[in-house]
Amino acid sequence: MIAFVIRRLFQSVIVMIAVGLIAFTMFRFVGDPVNQIVSIDTPREQRERVRQDLGLDRPVPVQFAAYLVRAAQFDFGMSYQFRQPVRGLIGERMPATLELAGVAAVLALLVGIPMGVFTALRRDSLLASLFMAVSLVGISLPTFLIAILLRYLFSVQLGWLPSYGRGDVVMLAGWSTGLLTASGLKALILPAVTLALFQMTLITRLVRAEMLEVLRTDYIRFARARGLRNRTIHFGHALKNTLVPLITVTGLQLGSLIAFALITEYVFQWPGMGLLFLGAVQNVDIPVMAAYLMLTATIFVGINLVVDLLYAAVDPRLRIAARPA
Amino acid sequence: MTSGPVLSVRDLKVEFASRRGVLRALDGVSFDIGRGEVLGLVGESGAGKSLTGAAVIGLLEPPGRIVSGEVRLLGERIDALPERQMRAVRGRRIAMVFQDPLTSLNPLYTVGQQIEQTILAHLPVSRREARRRAIDLLKEVGIQGAERRADAYPHEFSGGMRQRVVLALALCAEPDLVIADEPTTALDVSVQAQIIALIRKLCLERGMAVMLITHDMGVIAETADRVAVMYAGRIVETGPVAALVGAPLHPYARGLMAAIPRLDGDRERLAQIPGAMPRLQDLPRGCAFCPRCPENFAHCHVERPELVTRGEHRVACFLYGDGLADRAGDDGAAPAPEMDGAPGEAVP
Amino acid sequence: MSTPDTQRRDGWSARARDNEVLASLLATPMALVSVCVVLAMAGAAALAPWIAPSDPFDPGAVSLIDSLTPPRWVEGGDPRFLLGTDNQGRDLWSAILYGMRVSLIVGLSGVALAAVVGIGLGLVAGFAGGRIDAVIMRIADVQLTFPAILIALLVDGVVHAMVQDSQRETTAMAVLIVSIGLSFWVQYARTVRGSTMVEKNKDYVQAARLMGLSAPAILVRHVLPNVTGPILVILTINIALAVITEATLSFLGVGLPATQPSLGTLIRIGNDFLFSGEWWIVAFPGATLAVFVLALNLCGDWLRDALNPKLR
Repeated sequence: MIAFVIRRLFQSVIVMIAVGLIAFTMFRFVGDPVNQIVSIDTPREQRERVRQDLGLDRPVPVQFAAYLVRAAQFDFGMSYQFRQPVRGLIGERMPATLELAGVAAVLALLVGIPMGVFTALRRDSLLASLFMAVSLVGISLPTFLIAILLRYLFSVQLGWLPSYGRGDVVMLAGWSTGLLTASGLKALILPAVTLALFQMTLITRLVRAEMLEVLRTDYIRFARARGLRNRTIHFGHALKNTLVPLITVTGLQLGSLIAFALITEYVFQWPGMGLLFLGAVQNVDIPVMAAYLMLTATIFVGINLVVDLLYAAVDPRLRIAARPA
Repeated sequence: MTSGPVLSVRDLKVEFASRRGVLRALDGVSFDIGRGEVLGLVGESGAGKSLTGAAVIGLLEPPGRIVSGEVRLLGERIDALPERQMRAVRGRRIAMVFQDPLTSLNPLYTVGQQIEQTILAHLPVSRREARRRAIDLLKEVGIQGAERRADAYPHEFSGGMRQRVVLALALCAEPDLVIADEPTTALDVSVQAQIIALIRKLCLERGMAVMLITHDMGVIAETADRVAVMYAGRIVETGPVAALVGAPLHPYARGLMAAIPRLDGDRERLAQIPGAMPRLQDLPRGCAFCPRCPENFAHCHVERPELVTRGEHRVACFLYGDGLADRAGDDGAAPAPEMDGAPGEAVP
Repeated sequence: MSTPDTQRRDGWSARARDNEVLASLLATPMALVSVCVVLAMAGAAALAPWIAPSDPFDPGAVSLIDSLTPPRWVEGGDPRFLLGTDNQGRDLWSAILYGMRVSLIVGLSGVALAAVVGIGLGLVAGFAGGRIDAVIMRIADVQLTFPAILIALLVDGVVHAMVQDSQRETTAMAVLIVSIGLSFWVQYARTVRGSTMVEKNKDYVQAARLMGLSAPAILVRHVLPNVTGPILVILTINIALAVITEATLSFLGVGLPATQPSLGTLIRIGNDFLFSGEWWIVAFPGATLAVFVLALNLCGDWLRDALNPKLR
């Protein structure tokens, strides 16, 4: 088990170095970093000094190593756009994104799993068909359309919920949270529902498909032949066996949750990292782009690691496979 | 206990409604199994053996359904019980063992947990008692170090050991009848013999009735007391195992016997039955076996033969007298179209 | 239990399969409707220059005086503009037809690129095995964790940094196609790799190798026909995804510029006017996009079921 974790960790580090290489390449070779820092009429000597300060005169591998070391401390230099350290920019916006994504993920799981189980067990009922139809629409409607629709309906037409922003936030140990104020919670509803909707439909469909698959297996037939209660069979045996694929997909989907958070943030002007990144893409703010890339990569890699470990917790077969031979 | 058979199936008909119309998958199947008796149900895949088992235990997959006939367990009709009552029968009074021990056990629970769960579902015992019984059962089916192995997961057992666990699971509520659907097919030959011996032993010790479904005549010859040969949803011949294996009457049964590889005597070329069983949607009008039968004659094409008694056998073939005439005589002797019961057992 | 017909290389059974697929199409009204919708919309998009009342790309044909006209049946509507106009006075109905065309061109080309790259890498990975396989599949794994939108945004950002702003209009479409191609190849690669690994160990490939024939050529002939089913399903669903991705990028302002609007660009423009009550600029392109994607997804679902022998 320990060897397995170490192997996984090692792979994660390799992935991070690869992503770092991409970020470094972007930083170093896309446009000239010096030009972004100094003004057009800066004399040549001063440019050279900046170049030396940035370490751009050293051999490229050394620069890369230095870049990685700084990146590990989350030092990505100054934003071209804001003339501020990237670290601070991202630090300010991270809580907003993480709260949004976290609430959306919980919402998606809490609604998606029961709906999936229900549609699998009551396959022929009217309500199940309705759920499936809704989920198909949910999977087909692009996130930004859902966002526009919800915003139009609930804030423009009905005026129930704020149409943009995060409401009032409270600082808690350096973390700005909107979860503790009424206006913060109100502002969270629409973005979180928007973000959760797609994941929810995906989870519903996945749980349904997996349940149907598992319900056909021999061990479920055997459990029925042993006269176990339906509830035991459905939840104790069938649902538990759908957990492995569910964990995989949820893990992978957390990545797309961050990507879709970007869209939601854009529509609702939610002051998160996605909005910052979007501005960086439009304004070619390479340090911010690189930092966002590294940060999301870290999150994805971290999630994948957790997913791998969770597998072992759920499925005893993998526990054995993971053990060193 | 009554002296009647443990399981009594009469004129069972199972149909599947499909887009192409209704398919009759079982057509008038009747048999009895007595206490401590093993009835072997043989035939090619698709003959309806497994379907018979599923119909008895009430696990026909929709759209399959029983359209007529009776299934009686110790005299009580169970073919039309509501699901809740049927669940109390399954596992408690009728147990079923499936072909593949690899896939019959839930990979996420230890074998001990699975046995305890089943015991607790049927018997009013404490958790501790269930655990004790689970270990006893594992011992009974020959698992070494049962106390320790109860906490192992299915994938930590070999195929043969897993089938023993499956048997323990089937036995845990002391059922009257065990339906074993190809219990040895997925196992190595050496392990097959052990499992067969185990089934035999448990059947005798516990006085259970066993319905052994297999396509392997070798297994039947070693395990069963009586044999019923199925073809295309019907029983075509039935009789005591010695008689049926030694001197089969029905051309299909003869073909099956000839297909058993024999280690003794000359290594003759294995006989094969030419052709394949017709699909349910295009059964011929007459005898279903007639297109493959080397001895068919004109009458076989127009009418289906009924089972007639020939010595220890009952056989559905026009080679053995005119089916219709014989059945008319039978009707005079016994009011119900009875199958032969267990040897020495009186027909009520 | 009848064994499903697994002989796919046989011409006769292949034809029988096609007939069965056709029969299942006719037996599933939902699928039939969605196939018709997809074909009709794709057809209308392809014929946009001939059936659209005006050319929204022609700056001379539009006038700002007509801007923000509501649909014809609404008060203040203009009979010239069936679905109203946008903020620049472009006829929305024409813009949707042309926008659909742009969306489809980008979606189809992007997916075609992804399929070519994915199938190629899948064949190489499956056939070569060993280190090459490991490297390709690791990249695929990493790639899979990164959502397509992020990759597309990054590619877009990098390209923007490298080309002049004046060239953006000409490069925008190419950038989108490359972004989509780069983010969607993994599924094809995985599918093809799996089949290649199964197929390459079969006797006939070994025999061909012994006879000195080129095994890769044989693989292409035997692997690809075997995976046409799954690939077709992935293609259908990917086209829907690609159209969504393009629309999303354009909506976020990093896709196609307002001068050559796709459906996403139109929605982006409309979103700015939603608060002031000009709902039609968002509603019609949005509905078009949603219906098209929904119909494509339904086609994909049906195709998957129809081609899956387990479910038949």
